[in-house]
Amino acid sequence: MDEANSVAVGMRRITKAFNGVRVLDDVDFDLKQGEVHALVGGNGAGKSTLMKILEGVHSPDAGEITIQGRPVRLSSSLDGREHGIAMIFQEFSLIPTLNVSQNIFLTREARNAFRLLNDRECERATRELFRGIGVEIDARLPVSALSAGYKQLTEIVKALSQNARVLIMDEPTASLTKSETDSLFHIIAQLKERGIGIIYISHRMEEIFRVADRVTILRDGKVVATEAITDLTLERMIEHIVGRKMERSFQWLPRAVDRSGAPLLELSSVVSGERVRGISLKLYKGEVIGLVGLMGSGRSELLQSIFGIRQLTSGEVRVRGNPVEIRSPADAMKARIAMIPEDRRVQGLIMDHMLKDNILLPLLKQFTRNGFIDDRAARRKVGEYVRSLDIRAESIFKIVRQLSGGNQQKVVIAKWLGAEPDIFLMDEPTAGVDIGAKTEIMTLIRHLAGDLGKAVLLVSSELPELLAVSDRIAFIRGGRLEREVERRTIESEAALHHLIQGN
Amino acid sequence: MRQTRSSDRAPSVRISRAHFDWRQYVVYGGFILVFLVFSVSLYGSGFLTLNNLLNIVRQTSTITVMAVAMTFVIAAGEIDLSVGSLAGLASVTTAMTVDRFGIVPGIIAGILTGLIVGCVNGVLVTKVLIPSFLVTLGMLGIGNGIAMWITDTAPVPIASNVFNNVFGSGNVGPLPSLVIWTVVALVVGHVALRKTPYGRQVLATGGNEIASSFSGVKTKRIKFLALMVSGLAAALGGMLYAGRLHSGRFQWGQGDELSVIAAVILGGTSLSGGIGSVIGAVIGSLLIGLINNGLLLMGLAYSQQLIIRGAIIILAVALGRRGRSM
Repeated sequence: MDEANSVAVGMRRITKAFNGVRVLDDVDFDLKQGEVHALVGGNGAGKSTLMKILEGVHSPDAGEITIQGRPVRLSSSLDGREHGIAMIFQEFSLIPTLNVSQNIFLTREARNAFRLLNDRECERATRELFRGIGVEIDARLPVSALSAGYKQLTEIVKALSQNARVLIMDEPTASLTKSETDSLFHIIAQLKERGIGIIYISHRMEEIFRVADRVTILRDGKVVATEAITDLTLERMIEHIVGRKMERSFQWLPRAVDRSGAPLLELSSVVSGERVRGISLKLYKGEVIGLVGLMGSGRSELLQSIFGIRQLTSGEVRVRGNPVEIRSPADAMKARIAMIPEDRRVQGLIMDHMLKDNILLPLLKQFTRNGFIDDRAARRKVGEYVRSLDIRAESIFKIVRQLSGGNQQKVVIAKWLGAEPDIFLMDEPTAGVDIGAKTEIMTLIRHLAGDLGKAVLLVSSELPELLAVSDRIAFIRGGRLEREVERRTIESEAALHHLIQGN
Repeated sequence: MRQTRSSDRAPSVRISRAHFDWRQYVVYGGFILVFLVFSVSLYGSGFLTLNNLLNIVRQTSTITVMAVAMTFVIAAGEIDLSVGSLAGLASVTTAMTVDRFGIVPGIIAGILTGLIVGCVNGVLVTKVLIPSFLVTLGMLGIGNGIAMWITDTAPVPIASNVFNNVFGSGNVGPLPSLVIWTVVALVVGHVALRKTPYGRQVLATGGNEIASSFSGVKTKRIKFLALMVSGLAAALGGMLYAGRLHSGRFQWGQGDELSVIAAVILGGTSLSGGIGSVIGAVIGSLLIGLINNGLLLMGLAYSQQLIIRGAIIILAVALGRRGRSM
């Protein structure tokens, strides 16, 4: 292949900042036709921002994008699509009630002589497109009846039908079974032969070694390395992702946890649906347990079943030695359990309400006198939390949507601090927050466990943070507890990576 | 939990002054503007008399009472289309009971009617999980049908002067009793929405039901209560019709659901939930009454009144909506 005209996408010196925080710094990235180029890095490294710029969702503050050698300016995701760039969504963007062919040709349906929809032609074209990647499908099946694997294929075919030359796949195997993953890789190989370039984002190293031709590693918004996969080892890759420098706040200090008494929280063979399949765990006063595992391993679902959002199918939960029946978050609060949920926008906050009303929501009972809310006392309390957590907002009447991600997360934490729980369930508490807020949240977790004797069950994909605050690490795989180890037995983040990848 | 680590480097955080968003106050501006326009253009034709103004309040009292309760329903992210027909049904059940068994049983009959219908709505929405739009649309027809059936579509007169005075044409001192009902609904509703945990949880549920339930709010109970109270308020509306018109009839309140919803939305309550104002809803209701009254005095035909009223409502809501989805 001729090097010069085979470049499908070129991104040069891309820089982007949000609210003054630089998330991409002088990033170079290119993709050749017929190439699979993996993009890896920790959470917040800038992968998704880079891809959103390529899609046209965000525009860069500086830098240049070329497609097939021509400079382009992308100002909306429609622009991106017009230039042949398609995102295969993590959560699939198909309409479940329409059938496969209706989804693929939505707004571009074939018409007959009377300008009416020509379903038969669309279905024929659909079957042909699928045959092009070696798959037979019933084009009239509703999308809701498809498995995750076929949904994804439909997405891919839809992109191909729009003449996409570049596919962006973000954790494409997260919801696929083993055999579906294999057939996806088979299809990726065929797409390569047709000259289609693929940007492949994944945390699963094993897959990257299987499928990628080249790898670009991002860390803190900068390119650390771009290398052919054949020049890389797993060790080198993890080293690049983790980085050499460790901030002081990421340093782990051994702490003594007294495990002689009854555990604060005890799970015995907890089962909830398909995702939590029998987990037993003891969490003691003053202890932080970090739950690790790949995406979809059931960690979030475990927290949700403890908090009463998911119902237990079987098993028992004991709090302070007493069995408790938790069927709703209200029950969990009575057992003095708090949860910092994974998605603060959807589960944690009422985005269009004020900071103060969000913090007060779980605390209304505390501030009710004779049936009325004592607003003055409540405001004073909220002011205290805002100060002690250093939430940066000019007033407690600020709408939370207008706060930065880090400050929003602190609002979520503040609302639970007031409920004075003994057990904290935290699901990705530092996701999407800047490094400063991350450090503060970690300090807070240490303070909760170390100084106040709370127990914390922590799910985090941010391994350096998890290692910095945990006393024990529990490995979850396929809804089961694979093993539990003392934090001190894990020497480095790289070692933990190896354990999670299962080798 | 006490966090003391940073009280010495406390950043300044305002905890005393609420921010001002003029869009929530469009209805007040609209009210004043319409009032001024009528005062000038109808100068000398009896618009600006105390009697006429009290009349406006009296005529809108049924809508107002229902709009106060509807504010909670809509702020919680639901809707109640059955209020108009339920008012008619309650006017009938009250009227039939008052003359046979006395005032107190009559009032109880009316309240029970509202309670039962409201609870059925609530159960169907929160337990059977049918969208409130469909449940209450069905109930609209059912309520109306029952009211017609049990009365053979005939009006049921109320002879009791006491009932008619308390719920309709009477006065307490210089104030018409309907004005008092309006004020009571306003005060109770406003305090409940702004000062009680229930009101706060209604707004939270409408603002983000998932986050609310994650915060321990029993969102289904909140919605059930809102629908139940809406039923009660509709029944009270029906009794106010019965008192003012000295009779119960299935037609009382027919179509009111649209005026009630318009009043609530005019008042700045978000149709998608999460934002609500009882004072706004009452002003919205009065604004609609004001427009009706003024246009009537102007001598416009009913058809023309409908067109102008519709246009004013659309305009006010359009102004109030702009930019709210920050």
